Amino acid sequence: MRKLGFIFLFVSMACFISAQQHSTKRTSTQSTQQNHQGHNHDHGDHSGHNHAKGDHSGHNHAKGDHSGHNHAKGNHSGHNHAHGDHSGHNHAHGDHSGHNHAKGGHDGHAHGDDSHGGHAHQNACGHMVHDHSAEFNPGAVAFHHISDQNVYSIGPIQIPLPCILYTHKSAEGGSKFDMFSSGKFKPDYHGNGSMAYNGYVLYEGSARRVRGNFNREGLVELKNGSHSVYAVEEMQENGKKKDQLYLCQGGQSFKVDSKSTLDGGLFGGGITSFTDFSITKNVVSMLLVSLFLFWLFRKVARAYKTRKGMAPTGVQGFLEPIFVFIQDEVAKPFLGKRWEEFIPILMALFFFILGLNLFGQVPFFGGSNVTGSLSVTAVLAIVAFLVTTKNGNKDYWKHIFNMPGLPAWVKVIVTPVEMMGAFIVKPLTLMLRLFGNMTAGHMVIVIFVGLIFIFGKNGMNPAAGWGMVVPSALLTMFMMAIELLVAFIQAFVFTILTASYIGAATEEHHH
Amino acid sequence: MTGSLAAIGAGLAVIGAAIGIGQIGGKAMEAIARQPEAVGDIRANMILMAALVEGAALIAILLSFFVG
Repeated sequence: MRKLGFIFLFVSMACFISAQQHSTKRTSTQSTQQNHQGHNHDHGDHSGHNHAKGDHSGHNHAKGDHSGHNHAKGNHSGHNHAHGDHSGHNHAHGDHSGHNHAKGGHDGHAHGDDSHGGHAHQNACGHMVHDHSAEFNPGAVAFHHISDQNVYSIGPIQIPLPCILYTHKSAEGGSKFDMFSSGKFKPDYHGNGSMAYNGYVLYEGSARRVRGNFNREGLVELKNGSHSVYAVEEMQENGKKKDQLYLCQGGQSFKVDSKSTLDGGLFGGGITSFTDFSITKNVVSMLLVSLFLFWLFRKVARAYKTRKGMAPTGVQGFLEPIFVFIQDEVAKPFLGKRWEEFIPILMALFFFILGLNLFGQVPFFGGSNVTGSLSVTAVLAIVAFLVTTKNGNKDYWKHIFNMPGLPAWVKVIVTPVEMMGAFIVKPLTLMLRLFGNMTAGHMVIVIFVGLIFIFGKNGMNPAAGWGMVVPSALLTMFMMAIELLVAFIQAFVFTILTASYIGAATEEHHH
Repeated sequence: MTGSLAAIGAGLAVIGAAIGIGQIGGKAMEAIARQPEAVGDIRANMILMAALVEGAALIAILLSFFVG
């Protein structure tokens, strides 16, 4: 039993190195506008007319040869995206006005008559304000709530965590480490910081780097009149929709990098100019669970020594059946003669995953989704893969590279398939299974809670919202009961699959 | 459009996995009914097989994330 403690530390260290969560693909938090009038998406040869009057108004996306007219009157107004040969007309009257993006043979025209009129270039600020109160987007909210953060939020309280941020060489004033507390950002209840520090800001709980000619010395207070300092604009890149975050400060707009991810943004997250090595919420949760398990198992191990031959009591009595179950149902049938060698790694995996799954289930305690983070499950899968590969015997490798008893031309097909299975598919599915199950469960819970806001139209219909509280609570409780089951099943499945992979690698064949 | 097509693809893959897992569950129930004393072995193998089938659906969903 004592060996277990060391394995826990090893696994948690490994996960610690992978610090930042690889965020699942960013959701499109759509910039929403109230009193939306006059929408027009048009693809065609002659296309895209849009006349709109109102408070926020006048959207026009047009693709085609002759395209993109947009007349808008109102307070916020006049958007026009046009791609085509002759394109992009935009007349706007109002307080903030006149956006025009045009690509094509003849350029865009923009007329704007007043205070902040007539930007022919990108300026997200004051327009595409990412407004949470306008419309409730359950998918985006769920993704935001299950992702890793640089603050640990329990209810309205934001516990600051250490930020360790590395600026890449190629970036402005690059190649340096910044270490500071995320409390410096002064985050609000939603995790949006009201201060910038050394050119970093906190948006939706995660640290991001401001690009361009921004003040990178110490604390900077963020101000944008009565508007939000953060603005999201939807962009089209290679035919894919993408959201770009802007920071509005002193009448200027600065591009803000997306969240730092494990892959550096190569897989669609947006390539970042910094890397986040921070002690994030997930890392803190992992350390807490590891320390708790270490303490628990030390206690139980001591009990086996001091109470030799006696019936187990207390927590020992609770853990023994689980331990014996894994030993008898997983280790012995799958691992054959060498089962005792692999007990520590199997038990460490099982209890570590189970502990984290259950920790993420505790309501009102941050709801950290550690096992629903790809980088954590990736490290766990890599540990399983390394153990399998290291212990693979001659027969195992022979069955992958040179399957006995097959004609040569079949081997040409079988060998690549076997190699893919052993090196890619097995670790990949191990990683994705745990990640997918935990993420899906957490998302469903958030969306069930979100039913209150969907029915209450986010504050516009409070009666319906209140009426939804009880059904939503019941559904959430039902889901959490299922999740409790899933927590055990997924920990068990991960362990049993690891055992079967190791078993296949160490099996003695008799030909 | 790519997003919605990818979602349909993921949905199709899930249908396949659902049929597979349904078969595993059903056959396991039959097996347990025939030999109740083997319930432990059957259950462990059932979960293992279900997990393997699930892997195929997971890869499809991952691909749909990357494509979509």
